[in-house]
Amino acid sequence: MHFDWSFFQHLLFHPPGSFVQGAIRTVYLAVISQALGVVLGLLLALWRRSRQLPLRVFASGYIWLVRGTPLLVQAVIIYDGSSALGLYSFGTLNLGAFTVPGVVQAGIVTLALNEGAYMAEIMRAAIDSVDRGQTEAAESLGMRRRQAMRHVVLPQAMRVVIPPLGNEFNNMLKVTSLLSVIGLQELFLAAQDYNSATFRTFEIFVVAAIYYIVMTTIWSFIQSAIERRLQAKGGTNIANVPLRQRLFGGGVFVPGEQLRGAR
Amino acid sequence: MNRGDSTMDTTQDGAAPAAAGQLAVQGDGVHKWFGRMHVLDDVSFEVASGEVVVVIGPSGSGKTTLLRCMNHLERIDRGRLLVNGHLIGYRENAKGGLTEESEAEIARQRQEIGFVFQQFNLFPHLTAIENVALAPIRVRKVAKDQALAEAGQLLGRVGIADKRDAYPRQLSGGQQQRVAIARALAMKPRLMLFDEPTSALDPEMVGEVLEVMRELARDGMTMVVVSHEMGFARGVADRVIMMDEGRIIETGQPGQLLDEPAHERTQAFLSKVLH
Repeated sequence: MHFDWSFFQHLLFHPPGSFVQGAIRTVYLAVISQALGVVLGLLLALWRRSRQLPLRVFASGYIWLVRGTPLLVQAVIIYDGSSALGLYSFGTLNLGAFTVPGVVQAGIVTLALNEGAYMAEIMRAAIDSVDRGQTEAAESLGMRRRQAMRHVVLPQAMRVVIPPLGNEFNNMLKVTSLLSVIGLQELFLAAQDYNSATFRTFEIFVVAAIYYIVMTTIWSFIQSAIERRLQAKGGTNIANVPLRQRLFGGGVFVPGEQLRGAR
Repeated sequence: MNRGDSTMDTTQDGAAPAAAGQLAVQGDGVHKWFGRMHVLDDVSFEVASGEVVVVIGPSGSGKTTLLRCMNHLERIDRGRLLVNGHLIGYRENAKGGLTEESEAEIARQRQEIGFVFQQFNLFPHLTAIENVALAPIRVRKVAKDQALAEAGQLLGRVGIADKRDAYPRQLSGGQQQRVAIARALAMKPRLMLFDEPTSALDPEMVGEVLEVMRELARDGMTMVVVSHEMGFARGVADRVIMMDEGRIIETGQPGQLLDEPAHERTQAFLSKVLH
């Protein structure tokens, strides 16, 4: 077989509806799951430093379990496993104008639960990066621990979180493809289905790859803009990552090092 | 400066003259250990209301730890430490020992105690005026407009009204420390604690911070200052406490203690810092 240029070009610029819908789904799956993952990650990070032992144990156990098992396995357990055991069945949900199929709900739950464990570690490092003197200053003014965390530590930690959070979202855009294992019609599965009808495997998946890279590249620009704005606002020390380095690498990325360096 | 006769007749063991009830701080046999290191060793002293006390001593002598115990940033291990008439951070339990107070109560006690840090510890994500107004708004539940108006006045009082919208990193060290003093004053404390407030400053900025503190003393604020600024001690303090190796080894009026120290370790220390 040869590379069919006209097929390729046609697919790239005039994709079938299933491709477009798959791509749209990939984006909103990633956005919603990331948002939920951030919230869950913050909660887990706070629970890990709670004075209540059960909360600490739960958070540590959760992170251990989720980070120690593959996302593919988690997806199958959450969607097919829980239904097979009669625990919970994801049914179609009608939200006014939107209809959310069960598999999409399961996909979002899987990604959010998974991402929460990773975000928890990022949040923890970010919170730890805020100088101890900040908490002491807040508490010396009569703030309670919660208030010090909320008004003094977290606003500073959140700025430190932004760069790694951007990397997480970039990853999330691509990781959605794993949900094809439970039959979620996102971009990858749309490509696969199209492939089984046409057998133009190479052309189809190169187009899918191009779609993914367009999405992640657009995100890189958005991330740069967000970080520049935060920097301009002042009071922050986010390292300035050139877009070139963001897209093509070249910086030595040591997780945590970036966080520590930010203070 | 003249603060009246009530603070003149201090004794060698550190007991201050003021009548009970007027004491801002009262320590009685305070001990603290960091691991095996005995950082506070049977420390007893008093600070009367309206008094300015400067604590001096070599590094590692326990003076900063003692100050941090006064708002419960550090816990004491034994003895009694009363601030504003109450055990700070603890309550007496049925067995006569000390039980740590609830977090809410400790926070409430700290509202009455201003603390100024060596490293300023301003909140870098907030402007100067937001730094000052944050605690009144969040802790005292003062209306935002009123808190900001009062914060503006306080910034004027420490001489940096024009920097209200600057972020800490845009301010010099001296300006930052003055914002930090205004921030502590915003809670209207009855007592101000200063932990080496000028040690992190470039020499040319020491004067502006000391001037603000001098002003504060003149207005009658009760102050405990850990400092190496002997000029400030001489000019402003009612009493000077000399600490070494976790103990108070000498207490007296600045003129007496700084010029005619009774203890040889005080003499040795002063000869090092004054030259």
